[in-house]
Amino acid sequence: MKTFVQGGVMALALTTGMQVGADEAANLVINGETEITVRTEAPEHLDNLSKIYSGWIFRSDETQALQMDDFDNPGMIFVDQGRDAWAVAEGSEGKACADCHNEPESLADARATYPKWNDEAEEVRTLAMQINGCRTEQMGAEAWKYDGSDMLNMEALLSSVGRGTPINVAIDGPAQSMWEQGRDLYYTRTGQLDLSCANCHEDNYGNYIRADHLSQGQINGFPVYRLKNAKLNGAHSRFKGCVRDTRAETYGVGSEEFIALELYVASRGNGLSVEGPSVRN
Amino acid sequence: MKLTRRHTLMLAAGSAVAALLPMRAAAAAEEAIAAFTGGADVGSEGITLTAPEIAENGNTVPISVSAPGAEAIIIIAAGNPEPGVATFNFGPLAAAQAGSTRIRLAGTQDVVAIARMPDGSFVQASREVKVTIGGCGG
Amino acid sequence: MAENVKPRVRVPREVAAGETITIKTLISHKMESGQRKDGDGNVIPRSIINRFTCTFNGETVIDVQMEPAISTNPFFEFDAVVPESGAFEFTWYDDDGDVYTETKEIAVS
Repeated sequence: MKTFVQGGVMALALTTGMQVGADEAANLVINGETEITVRTEAPEHLDNLSKIYSGWIFRSDETQALQMDDFDNPGMIFVDQGRDAWAVAEGSEGKACADCHNEPESLADARATYPKWNDEAEEVRTLAMQINGCRTEQMGAEAWKYDGSDMLNMEALLSSVGRGTPINVAIDGPAQSMWEQGRDLYYTRTGQLDLSCANCHEDNYGNYIRADHLSQGQINGFPVYRLKNAKLNGAHSRFKGCVRDTRAETYGVGSEEFIALELYVASRGNGLSVEGPSVRN
Repeated sequence: MKLTRRHTLMLAAGSAVAALLPMRAAAAAEEAIAAFTGGADVGSEGITLTAPEIAENGNTVPISVSAPGAEAIIIIAAGNPEPGVATFNFGPLAAAQAGSTRIRLAGTQDVVAIARMPDGSFVQASREVKVTIGGCGG
Repeated sequence: MAENVKPRVRVPREVAAGETITIKTLISHKMESGQRKDGDGNVIPRSIINRFTCTFNGETVIDVQMEPAISTNPFFEFDAVVPESGAFEFTWYDDDGDVYTETKEIAVS
């Protein structure tokens, strides 16, 4: 905790420590063929960072290895389950995902652009909201639970077919006001510990918080298979965990605040690759 | 699989108790080893156990064992509530008497692998794995 | 646990006779250890896969006895010899009596 009561100068000095670890120089190629961008120039809208890094580089050699082969990556079990669900007709229209979209590979570009503005619905939609939009509006089926296993399996499938695609989330136009709301949340301190997202993930990435190696909190790897709970985790659930750990009342999974935060945090990773299902601590 | 703060604290308390009562954990591990070796002497050549020096998460620790020519290899985690982890039995079509898996470790401890060779002898390797406790981890 | 248990196995489709191949297997299973308690303090009963076997044309490659210390979604990697064309059979035995199997054909060139 000591780090966080230091001034900004001290925090910056500690941050330079991240150049040491060998893991951080590693490159990620999945199945020996899909190259993943794990470090690149920060997008223009980011004033406080010059480089952005995938969470993968902050993990141990062993954890990194779990993501380099689809038969090592336990998240791929759930991609298989998503692929099964893709072909299942549901709802009053008796349609499956496959009836409109053929193979999941036809949506390989989708994961990289979400959250994004939906003209018809006049709202910013996360990938989960769009999947539920398909279910309720096109299939006449019930919406899946936000960050529930059915939803995460489908998001993992759509991420897996888009791996290697650069994240490219639009922050202007009709999405801009929500993006600004997300940015404000990112820099707002919350909870008894009085921490903002930025205090850990912008000011102190690369440092250790006890035994945890702090990442930049990028979400290009979601859904994430976490060793901690041995299942897929959604970005909103992860946000919730972070906010809770500042000892604050958290926003809900699927709430407007977390949709805005997801849009903003996703845009901080513009240029990194779609990586999900990734493997993290 | 939700591991709440309370559960984590209970686990931590559990390992503290285990540390205070090494006899009990060690006795269970010794029992498991004796059941495998029948009390025979155990050598140390010809077996390799690969495990991380520091495991990022005790829930999923990748390990590999290899003992060329072995009939079977048992893996023991002496610091777990139950020391047994797995026993690999190799058949005629195993190209190597080796295997990898992922295991749970309740805390920092020695992981032990013992191979039974076709002549009835036993060899053993052990590695200490430090299990870290996260700072926040959400 | 019978629902949603889905093996994921990698075996090459073709090899030279007598060649060694590396096999990787994953299966979705919670591997409830029997050590955890629920919110009311009651022990959650053990429910694990307790044995995994791999055979080729009926002959054993590997036979693993598994304990609760094996992680959720069990993973195994091992090497096998392929003397002839045939089929690998993978079998996982659940505490509850369920048996999950997967078969992979392989041709010797």
